[in-house]
Amino acid sequence: MATTCDIAMKQERSEEDGCAPVIAVNNLRKTFGSHMVLNGISLSVNRGETLAVLGRSGTGKSVLLRLIIGLETPDSGSVCIHGQNIVGLALDRMGEIRKKMGFLFQHAALYDSLTVAENVAFPLVHHRKDMSSSERSKRVKQLLAEVGMEGNLDTMPSDISGGMQKRVGLARALALEPEILLLDEPTAGLDPISSGEIDDLILKLQRERRMASIVVTHDLHSARTTANRLALLDKGNVVIEGTFKDLQQSDIGFVEDFLKLS
Amino acid sequence: MNTAASSAVGLVEGFFEWFGNLGIFFWQVLRAAVTPPYEWRELIHQLDEVGSKSFPVVVMAGSAIGVIISLEARYSLSRFGAKSMFPATLVYSVIQVMGPIITGLVVSGRVGAGISAELASMKVTEQIDAIEASAINPYRYLAATRILACILMLPLLTLISDGCGLLMGWFAQTLVEPLSFHQFIQDGFKGATFSTFLPQTFKTSVYGLIIGLIACFQGMRTRGGAEGVGRAATNSVVLASLFVILADVVLVKFILVVFP
Repeated sequence: MATTCDIAMKQERSEEDGCAPVIAVNNLRKTFGSHMVLNGISLSVNRGETLAVLGRSGTGKSVLLRLIIGLETPDSGSVCIHGQNIVGLALDRMGEIRKKMGFLFQHAALYDSLTVAENVAFPLVHHRKDMSSSERSKRVKQLLAEVGMEGNLDTMPSDISGGMQKRVGLARALALEPEILLLDEPTAGLDPISSGEIDDLILKLQRERRMASIVVTHDLHSARTTANRLALLDKGNVVIEGTFKDLQQSDIGFVEDFLKLS
Repeated sequence: MNTAASSAVGLVEGFFEWFGNLGIFFWQVLRAAVTPPYEWRELIHQLDEVGSKSFPVVVMAGSAIGVIISLEARYSLSRFGAKSMFPATLVYSVIQVMGPIITGLVVSGRVGAGISAELASMKVTEQIDAIEASAINPYRYLAATRILACILMLPLLTLISDGCGLLMGWFAQTLVEPLSFHQFIQDGFKGATFSTFLPQTFKTSVYGLIIGLIACFQGMRTRGGAEGVGRAATNSVVLASLFVILADVVLVKFILVVFP
């Protein structure tokens, strides 16, 4: 059974082996007003690995992702992407790092004045000026086909369901072929078949592109299917981190309750 | 008494905090605007949104001002036996005073509210965060383009407003006492030079800066869902209108000093 200390030791071993983690969060603290959300979180994710972050609602899982992509600034601690601490980085410099990251928001956050195809094309229009219009169009269709939304190119986001919006959001997150993928509740609002399809896609991406991924989810089945490791948060701390078997074998009361009720 | 005093102190503190945050926002937008990559496509889109879509309301406002001044001026000038001064009175009143300020206030309502509501809606639905997560600078893509569009389009809209005001003012006068348009223009612009009217028209670029800056600032820092969006739009219009009027006071004096 792995605890937070073991994570640090694994990180040291990785660094000694020359395989530094792609994402390394160290002693991260974040408070909103008087409400402490994260109380010294430390996690790391290597290339080709998927870490699932689980916990009760309001335990800071989404905040953790927002800190990693730099949309929030921690009160203390560091967030290292490929060994570079991104905390306090200027917006334009942070932009260079974000080009290697894909982020799926909890409610998709699609641009409501653009069509589905335009939403997916948005990062390509801005960052792939080498692409011709036809190449971009082909890439957009390919991305939407991967998430099963190829028939909705000219549809507006307001005219599709929440689950379909999430799929489009995932296609947009993959547009720049990122090395890092951050997914906030990727299967929330999806039916079981669609959830399974998204899980398969995540596994396929992990296999083919060897991305470092963090998936925030309430779906324990999805976490078991897609993640190499799981981290369970409670009251701003990592209660346990390890494989699903490690969680099952844990005698920590919160972990037992969480697994029983999931 | 103590409650009233502490409320007043809180109000003053809040005002200075707002002003300070606005200054920081302006600096971030300015820095983003002058560093590449430039968002030309979005700027052109915003020029269309601010300019061509404000055209109808500016035409109506300008026309109404021209008719009002025409009616009031004819009555007042007749009382003092100065009817021959009517063309010059209308021309100077519209171009130097009413045209710029009315255009500024109308655009503040139409464009300012639209920009702040749009950006506020994007803020509460995480679309601005999504733009930032896509490695696109939101200050450059959203704010700088809109502010620059307001700065560039206000003088053009003012010219349109002035033109409609003069045309409708002449038309209102002609209905009562026929006056050829040629005579009207000749008498109205007698002795005038470009420097008589150009500074008043181009001062509206400052109005555009105020409207765009306040609208973007209010929109991009919205919190609180639908209520927050409404509050952002309302505050944007009120504050932009107020600052446009205050700016006009300063700019009128400035122009009188620089262009005597």
